[in-house]
Amino acid sequence: MKRLVVLGAGTAGTMVVNKLRPRLDPNEWEIVIVDQEPTHFYQPGFLFLPFGEYGPQDVKKPKKRFIPAGVEFIEGTIDSVDADANTVLLGDGTQLTYDYLVIATGTHPRPEETPGMDGPEFGKTIHTFYTFEGALALREALKGFDGGKLVVHMVDMPFKCPVAPLEFTFLADAYFTELGMRDQVEITYVTPMSGAFTKPVASAHLGNMFDERKIHLESDFYTERIDTDKNALVSYDEREVPYDLVVTVPLNMGADFVAKSGLGDELNHIPVDKGTFVHKDHDNLFVLGDAANIPTSKAGSVAHFAVDVFVPNFLRHIEGLPMLEQFDGHSNCFIESGHGKGLLIDFNYDTQPLPGKYPLPGIGPFTLLGETEMNHWGKLLFRWMYWNLLLPGKELPLPALMSMAGKIPEDE
Amino acid sequence: MPVTTIGGKEVHVDDEGFMTNYDEWDEELAKQLAKNIGIDELTEEHWRVIKFLREDFKETGETPTLRRVSTVGGFPTKELFKLFPKKPAKKMSYIAGLPKPHGCV
Ligand SMILES: Cc1cc2nc3c(=O)[nH]c(=O)nc-3n(C[C@H](O)[C@H](O)[C@H](O)COP(=O)(O)OP(=O)(O)OC[C@H]3O[C@@H](n4cnc5c(N)ncnc54)[C@H](O)[C@@H]3O)c2cc1C
Repeated sequence: MKRLVVLGAGTAGTMVVNKLRPRLDPNEWEIVIVDQEPTHFYQPGFLFLPFGEYGPQDVKKPKKRFIPAGVEFIEGTIDSVDADANTVLLGDGTQLTYDYLVIATGTHPRPEETPGMDGPEFGKTIHTFYTFEGALALREALKGFDGGKLVVHMVDMPFKCPVAPLEFTFLADAYFTELGMRDQVEITYVTPMSGAFTKPVASAHLGNMFDERKIHLESDFYTERIDTDKNALVSYDEREVPYDLVVTVPLNMGADFVAKSGLGDELNHIPVDKGTFVHKDHDNLFVLGDAANIPTSKAGSVAHFAVDVFVPNFLRHIEGLPMLEQFDGHSNCFIESGHGKGLLIDFNYDTQPLPGKYPLPGIGPFTLLGETEMNHWGKLLFRWMYWNLLLPGKELPLPALMSMAGKIPEDE
Repeated sequence: MPVTTIGGKEVHVDDEGFMTNYDEWDEELAKQLAKNIGIDELTEEHWRVIKFLREDFKETGETPTLRRVSTVGGFPTKELFKLFPKKPAKKMSYIAGLPKPHGCV
């Protein structure tokens, strides 16, 4: 009997076991998945909680519901991995041996990494929507906000869903406009990047959207600390941004066991081959989703496309055959822009987000880098697809690799 | 990839001027690159950072992020902002002849 162990039953881990169970002979293969948290959170929904558009029940379901028959779910904390001995140690002392290991433990906000953030003001004047509890606390803070300086802030790259703070900013602008108090709220977007987004065409487009909405951009701001006496963010080059309410994306880091096992980089993300996700020193160890250090966005859509590439590769790999598919870094993100509209961006390792139509050239129904109501509906529909198609490992009618069809290149 | 002449040498660069060929770099070039972005003299401290970047790139194949230069290289972030004002991540890698850091995706 061979054993596949999957660490983390989030977006990527759940998809992987659902896709592999029917494809691996139950007489030959045992599959075990480990997670410390019994609830599966639909994290993209956290964006809508602060504005009351989703309620708590919309974004959580029991994890076990998505684990197929024939897969053992162990609820427990991962303490460490010994990749030379092919073993995983759990927090309660249980040792699991494996033939193949998939690490899918994601990346998570660490407010304690920024001086001043994780103190008495956290949950009062300093908020985050990157956790379930945080998003609910922020909902109360927004209800009680009677005007002043709202600062949307991110500590450092990379963090999961790099468009989420942009979306929060647009939704906040719309929220206060609809309440008739937008003129009493000053919105500032504070980023370590040089613009609203990294890639030039999208950044220019989003920069215009900031101007139209009178959102101030504070760029190249590399945060040293939060001064909670002065209510100001302080950068390493000694700039200060004052706030009444700051909504932050704390530093994102992979799980602690990654560092303890000597597998990670300085943020506990694990470097792997960007085309096949295999670890360079251990050819029975793969890393999927946000836990991997690969040069593309950390996003559910990326995890989905990555799993689609991983599954056929893995089935060949265990037969001793070469892995034929190469991941291209494909990422596809809806960006809510407020007032029932949204944008869509589609890109990969080599191609930046460009305008056009998706997935059908000229037809869409979605519009790339343009604001439409259809894009907003796409984003809302995505929650249904996530619970009902994506996690259970059903086929989505979207190709895993990016296509140039329908896109308008920059110089045309 | 465009080719440009820096300090009398032909080198490959991207559209923002970051060198794209690791082996085309040398210390004379670095001095010229530094001048291009307003750093007239490279001190001992500058060189230590640049050498770390070059070594780290050789090992990982990626331009290190600011956080990596401080946590792995041991250079305090504040110091990096003094040495390479305002945009240390970009300026360091530009002078060290490495691709623009993409940390930003
Ligand atoms: C506010 C917000 C908005 C987002 N919006 C979008 C969006 O619009 N589109 C999009 O594509 N993506 C979006 N994302 C990103 C998306 O949710 C993640 O990229 C995706 O969930 C990553 O999947 P994963 O499997 O890598 O990690 P996760 O789904 O986070 O799963 C990791 C799992 O590992 C478990 N775990 C971690 N450490 C341990 C340990 N030591 N022991 C045991 N278990 C452990 C955790 O409990 C968790 O269940 C958003 C994220 C946030 C926070």
